[in-house]
Parts: sequence; C-alpha cells; structure tokens
Amino acid sequence: MENKTPKDYSHIKGWGIDADPKNDPTYPMKHRTDAEHEGYSWDRPTQQPIDVEVLHSIERPNVTAVFGTSVPPSGLSGMIRRFAFKHSENSYLHWLPLLMADRVNVVEGVIEDLGKGSVPNIFAEKGWKADWEHNRTGLIQKVGILALVTTAAVVLLTRKKD
Amino acid sequence: MNYRGPQRVRIDEKPEPKILHPEDAIVRVTRSCICGSDLHLYNGNVPDTRVGTTFGHEFIGEVIEIGSEVQKLKVGDMVIVPFNIACGKCHFCKQGLFGNCHESNSQATAVGAIFGYSHTAGGYDGGQAEYVRVPYADVGPTVIPEGMDPDDAVLLTDVVPTAYQAAEMGGIQKGDTVVIFGAGPIGIMAARCCWLFGAGRVIVIDKIEYRLEFVRNYANCEAYNYEEMDDPVVFIKKTTDWMGADVVIDAVGAEATGNLMQTITGRKLLLQAGSATAAHWAVNSVKKGGIVSIVGVYGPTDNLFPLGNVLNKGLTIRANQAAVKRHLPRLIEHVQNGILNPKALITHRVPLEDVADAYHIFSEKLDNCIKPVLIPPTAR
Ligand SMILES: NC(=O)c1ccc[n+]([C@@H]2O[C@H](COP(=O)([O-])OP(=O)(O)OC[C@H]3O[C@@H](n4cnc5c(N)ncnc54)[C@H](O)[C@@H]3O)[C@@H](O)[C@H]2O)c1
Ligand SMILES: [Zn+2]
Ligand SMILES: [Zn+2]
Repeated sequence: MENKTPKDYSHIKGWGIDADPKNDPTYPMKHRTDAEHEGYSWDRPTQQPIDVEVLHSIERPNVTAVFGTSVPPSGLSGMIRRFAFKHSENSYLHWLPLLMADRVNVVEGVIEDLGKGSVPNIFAEKGWKADWEHNRTGLIQKVGILALVTTAAVVLLTRKKD
Repeated sequence: MNYRGPQRVRIDEKPEPKILHPEDAIVRVTRSCICGSDLHLYNGNVPDTRVGTTFGHEFIGEVIEIGSEVQKLKVGDMVIVPFNIACGKCHFCKQGLFGNCHESNSQATAVGAIFGYSHTAGGYDGGQAEYVRVPYADVGPTVIPEGMDPDDAVLLTDVVPTAYQAAEMGGIQKGDTVVIFGAGPIGIMAARCCWLFGAGRVIVIDKIEYRLEFVRNYANCEAYNYEEMDDPVVFIKKTTDWMGADVVIDAVGAEATGNLMQTITGRKLLLQAGSATAAHWAVNSVKKGGIVSIVGVYGPTDNLFPLGNVLNKGLTIRANQAAVKRHLPRLIEHVQNGILNPKALITHRVPLEDVADAYHIFSEKLDNCIKPVLIPPTAR
C-alpha cells in the first residue's frame, strides 16, 4: 500500500539517510570511465607464473593475471573437465560435463581416502552428530529409513536366491 | 575445511599457502562465516566444485606475509577481506564493479573470482581455514578500524554489503513498499537497509518461523510465512491495494523451496540452475514498471523464469554479486555510528574443527541458527 499520509519513522534509526532520488533504473550503477570502448586494453597486473594446469574459458584469450591453484584437474574427472573447457560458457557441453566430473570426483575422493588407508567417516562429514543434539527426531527418522531400506534390500536379495 | 562431495565436509591438514604473485598477502584467519552461498556448493549444485577444495569467502584476519608489490598493507594489520577478488586495474574494477573483475577468474567470464567458491569462481582456496592466500592485497582488504568488534567486521566481508546493495539496486524512493523474499542473514540485513533508503513499508517473506520472528524485531518490519498463504503473489497484491510492491528483492537464490516443480527440476535433477521460485514470485508480485533486485545466487545455466511478465509489466531487473569494496566506507560509518548492528545476526560460534556440524546446522536451519561463525584454533 502506498503511504498516502506521511508516516512517522523516527523510531527507525537512520531512516532515509541514504535516500537517493537520482537512483532510478536509468541511473547507472557503475561509474563510467572514458575507457568504455577501448576493449581489453588496460595496463594488466603482473602475470602470476603459470606453473600448474589452469583451465580457462574459451570466451577469453588468456589466463587471468592471478588465478587459484587449488586442486588442479587430475584423473578421470580431470579429463572430463578438460573436455568441458573446449566449449564456451554458452554451451551445455561446458556445464553438464563439469557437473558429471564433480560426481566422478567424489568417487575419486573416496578411493584416494581408502588408498591412504582411511575410511571416510561419512556420518561425521555430514554433520549428523549435530542432529543428535538439535534434531533427534529427524535423526531417528533418517536412521529408521536407512534400516528399513537395508532390511528390505536384504529380504529382496535373499529371496531372489531361493 | 575440505569438501568431499555433496553434504560432506571435514577438516584436513593442507600445506600452508604461499605467496604466488607479487601482489599477494597471506592472512591468518581469526573468524570466518558460513554463508547461504556456501550451501549451493555444499549441496553439489555449482559446476566444477572439486573434491579437496576449501570453502569460505567471509573472513577476517591478520596479515602475516606480503608480496613484493604490496604497498598499503603491512604485516600485522588486521583486515576485513571482501569476498570478491578484484585487481583494481581492469575496466570493471575501475567502474566500481568489484564483483565483476576481469583479471582474477580464468575459468569463467560471467562471474568474478570469489574466495573458496569452486573453480567456476576462480579455483581459490577459501577462509574456512587457518591461513589463506589473498591476491591483490592492496585492492580489497581493508584495515579493521580501531575499536570495531571482530564480529561486526566479519559481516562486512559479505552480508552487510550484499544486503545494502540489494536495497540500493532496488532504487527505493521515499515511501516505497519493498518486499523481500528470504529471511536468512541477507534478507534480514536487507530489510534493515531498505529503511536507510527511505522505504515506507518493508515486508519479509519466508517460511521459517524463528527467522520471521527475528527479522520482525531486528528490522522493525512486517514478516509473513508463505506456507500460511494460498499464494504469496496474491497475498502481496492484496496487501498493496492490488497494485504489487514497488520493489521486490530476491534474497533466496537457488535453494528456494515453495514450488515442487522448481524444487525437483532445480535442486534434485539439476535440470535448471537451481530452483527459481523466489525470482518467479518476485517478478509476479512487483508492481508494473517496478524494480526487481536479485542478490540470491543462481547457477550458470538456465532457469524457469517468467520472462514474458518482465516484458509485459515493463520491469527493470537489477542483479549482481555485491561490490563489497565500493560499499565499505559508508557501511563502516554506519556500524561505527550504531545505525547498523551486524553482530546481532551471529547465533553460533563453532570451533573450525566442527565445521561439518556447523554446515549441517546452518543448512537444515536447526537450533534457531541464523549465522554461524567458525573460529580456528590459532585464534582462540
Ligand atoms: N549477490 C551476492 O553478492 C550474494 C552474497 C551473499 C549471499 N548471496 C545469496 O543470497 C541468498 C541468501 O543468503 P543467506 O545467507 O541469507 O541464505 P539462507 O539459506 O540462510 O537464507 C535463505 C532463506 O530463504 C528462505 N526461502 C527459501 N525459499 C523461499 C521462498 N520461496 N520464498 C521466501 N523465502 C524462501 C529460506 O527458508 C531461508 O531462510 C543465497 O542465495 C546466497 O547465495 C548473494
Ligand atoms: Zn557469503
Ligand atoms: Zn579487475
């Protein structure tokens, strides 16, 4: 409802202090510079040495001046990611393979853990310990469903053998 | 912290980060938060989220090492680190669009770089850790002013600037009715900020009662539960004399609930870039000629979204990752003058070691959680 009668906002600290009548949709949010139409021409920051594999979008000509070095592509998921980066951000052939690589990567992560001789504690990783304190019914439900599904599976499997 | 797969995170040892570029700094983290944005990663919905990545884009800490080209920051400075990684030199940074820098994210041109936010946002390890590599150290990081509470400071890395920009992008004029979808930290703070721009009426919509209750008190606004409405759009039409709101803010993003079809296609099958329920409701509940401001985050592909109504209603849509650095001077002033009180949003302080529990609590909205902050062992 529009406020037809002026209302009192004195109880709201700071009411209206940043009001800006010029900020209507046509008022640009960015500060225009005189370099608007000069393309990729700025004085670039120093290039970070490229000594790990960095995939870069084919919608740009180069690797950015700085980049993240976390988890370079590797294994099967890495191969899928490299394939994805042959396609632009405009293409499903970019994003769908990346999502697939993420899933493959989860399996690789478990194999890596097992390779190091440690079985990942999935319950702890999922934070289910917190459920015990704050969501006990939810936890009991989850465990109950798990038990039911397991029992059903066992029953089904053993039946088939007969 | 270390991401292992959807809804699986844990603590692992990693080598300490090194200076890799002359404008880098290394920061020892003293506080870091979990954000609604992290839930998109946590749920496995952001393409190119690699197993082994460390999340965390909201952190403050102490500068312990600087690269050879760093001039303003000094070792020992305590800094607010904006979530965007921005070079300060490209056209976009020069225009104040620090969320859209062109020299920090190789993997995608459509999004700037963000700490700990998948390879689609640059492949940087984030701040839910003890130490972080912070590129372009003279551009983003801002020294925490004398006397500022670290809990306020850590919320200036993202929550407050994002919420403030959500209101700013709404182009609010004095007396305007503003509707905000989402009563998470962003929606709550956005409700508070709308008043600063002179809103006449602020209405927040969510379904979680404790959050509605919180925002009602914290932001002096109206708050309603959409699960108690037949149709949120009709509700908003009715309460605005059948006109619709002047401005609607989407502070929900890809994890939205409330529409089964959107939930299944957007969150379960990943056939669209997240569930677009809030954006959909926003377009349909704003007044003709009105403004929709989107800060809720969606993935890089497509969404089911009523584009025809945008056209027919003559709407303006404004959206962005917040340009944190642009807002900091004004927002630091607001915090120092007691206009804004960010730290009131923090409900949980969790040792970094218990990160998995903290994610689960925040994600499932357990224990009346609004904003969890993680404290690394070196900061206790
Ligand atoms: N643009 C930016 O720079 C930026 C920065 C930070 C966060 N974000 C985004 O803002 C959004 C909110 O972040 P947050 O930390 O507050 O997250 P949050 O998960 O704590 O809050 C989201 C809230 O939305 C509610 N919700 C779900 N579906 C809804 C619907 N259909 N209508 C109304 N409410 C609904 C949920 O119940 C929840 O309370 C996220 O998408 C996050 O990625 C954007
Ligand atoms: Zn955030
Ligand atoms: Zn830049």
